[in-house]
Amino acid sequence: MTGFSYLYDLLITPFTDFAFMRRALVGSIALSIGACPIGVFLMLRRMSLVGDAMAHAILPGAALGYLFAGLSLGFMTAGGLIAGFVVALLAGLVTRVTILKEDAALASFYLISLAGGVVLVSLRGSNVDLLHVLFGSVLALDDITLLLLAASTTVSLLALAVLFRPLVLECVDPLFLRTVSQSGSVSHFGFLALVVLNLVAGFHALGTLLSVGLMMVPAFAARFWSATLDGMILIATLIGMVSSGLGIVISYHAGTPTGPTIILSAGGLYLLSILFGRRNGLILRLLPRKHLAA
Amino acid sequence: MTIPRAGSVQLDDVTLGYDRHPAVHHVSGCFKAGSLTAVIGPNGAGKSTLLKAIAGMLRPLSGTIARASETSRLAYLPQLAELDRDFPISVEDLVGTGFWRKIGPFRRYGREDRLLIDEALEKVGLAGFNKRMLGTLSGGQLQRVLFARLMVQDAEMILIDEPFAAIDTKTVSDLMGLVRHWHGEGRTIIAVLHDMGLVAEFFPDSLLLARECVAWGATSHVLTPDHLAKARSMIEANDPHADECERAA
Repeated sequence: MTGFSYLYDLLITPFTDFAFMRRALVGSIALSIGACPIGVFLMLRRMSLVGDAMAHAILPGAALGYLFAGLSLGFMTAGGLIAGFVVALLAGLVTRVTILKEDAALASFYLISLAGGVVLVSLRGSNVDLLHVLFGSVLALDDITLLLLAASTTVSLLALAVLFRPLVLECVDPLFLRTVSQSGSVSHFGFLALVVLNLVAGFHALGTLLSVGLMMVPAFAARFWSATLDGMILIATLIGMVSSGLGIVISYHAGTPTGPTIILSAGGLYLLSILFGRRNGLILRLLPRKHLAA
Repeated sequence: MTIPRAGSVQLDDVTLGYDRHPAVHHVSGCFKAGSLTAVIGPNGAGKSTLLKAIAGMLRPLSGTIARASETSRLAYLPQLAELDRDFPISVEDLVGTGFWRKIGPFRRYGREDRLLIDEALEKVGLAGFNKRMLGTLSGGQLQRVLFARLMVQDAEMILIDEPFAAIDTKTVSDLMGLVRHWHGEGRTIIAVLHDMGLVAEFFPDSLLLARECVAWGATSHVLTPDHLAKARSMIEANDPHADECERAA
């Protein structure tokens, strides 16, 4: 057997043989395109843990949807979106009118929300259902779920394009934005809404906890390859897509659960980036190179 | 009463503060159009608070601030600490945000605007720095970039809060040259400063603040030993048990 056909069997055949593999690939690539740019902004705003908080906040909404209608795509999606938006709004409100800072306000509401979610799931479901919500089922994406993921990514990219300039300015120089425009809070809440949207779309494939992984880990890796915002967004998205493909193939051959394997692949690329990254990668920093003349 | 000229600011018994405690207490007076005024005083005197309120970002607890300029004709440069210097943005793009009023969140800036950015960078001594990332600049260079943005904003009224803190003398003298140039163009400029030498040399007017207005007028009349001693003695900590202020509003 030649090397080429070996590689073909390894990387391509799983997808040509099984429709569910192709669906998993399409779904997770769609997720990467929507979520990874959001992750870059979260990282740059030092809000890397906000994604986690939001993922926990979404849980009770999805659980309520599940209690109401079983494993229904529509109800669980709507529930997750509503719970996420409510927590984001309440946290924003408490930040503005009380002495609590944003991290404290957000933490308080996501913890309340999470506890509520666990209680709700335990009221009816078995642990197996909880696992489904927490870790998703990327190998069981049906047409309607795929459409949902694609729609969420489309909305997310369009909204990000609209919010882009105020969002950047809110990150670099929020006070300046406040002196020239009222759009600061619009872009802030709009951005949080995009975080929620992408996480809710993501939990169908990867679960509430791991969908944060696909959002954030590629962004961290991209930091080691580019110094510009455009570059980071592009590279993070590419890394997200590559991790998706890699994770699905590895899980197929190794028999591991697919969602976690995708995030582990992203984690592997992240570790490689720390070591070999063109910008501040460790190896490059340890290499004895002469400094420049100016 | 005369109709205020564009660029002037009238303070009428203004009290500013946080949580009902006054940081600026019953101040009245006028920054005339085209004037160049230094706001001076000890730490905690309310200088930055006053600037923030004139910029329209803090509502007075009592009294009124009447600005004869539209908010859109005003530029405000707060202290450096507010800026995220690690964010990946180029010098050119940051200076370009000065066009916000003109282009808003969606439109792009044209060729002439680009030339204006180049010109502003040249005037602050950073010609050719367009593509440099913010994170690679020194403190002095960053302040020069922010002055370039002020230039691009083309404002009638310019408010600057301690622009020369922790900056070398060369940069100070370059940037001070710009301030005087803007003054020559008839813009109203209010700057919070600590360096009395600089104030005495370049600022025709001064406002000495120590929560209350100690003196306001020609710098030579404001910067007297008596006034400065009085300013130092007037600053005291907030009294958590203070009664409500009885002075007529």
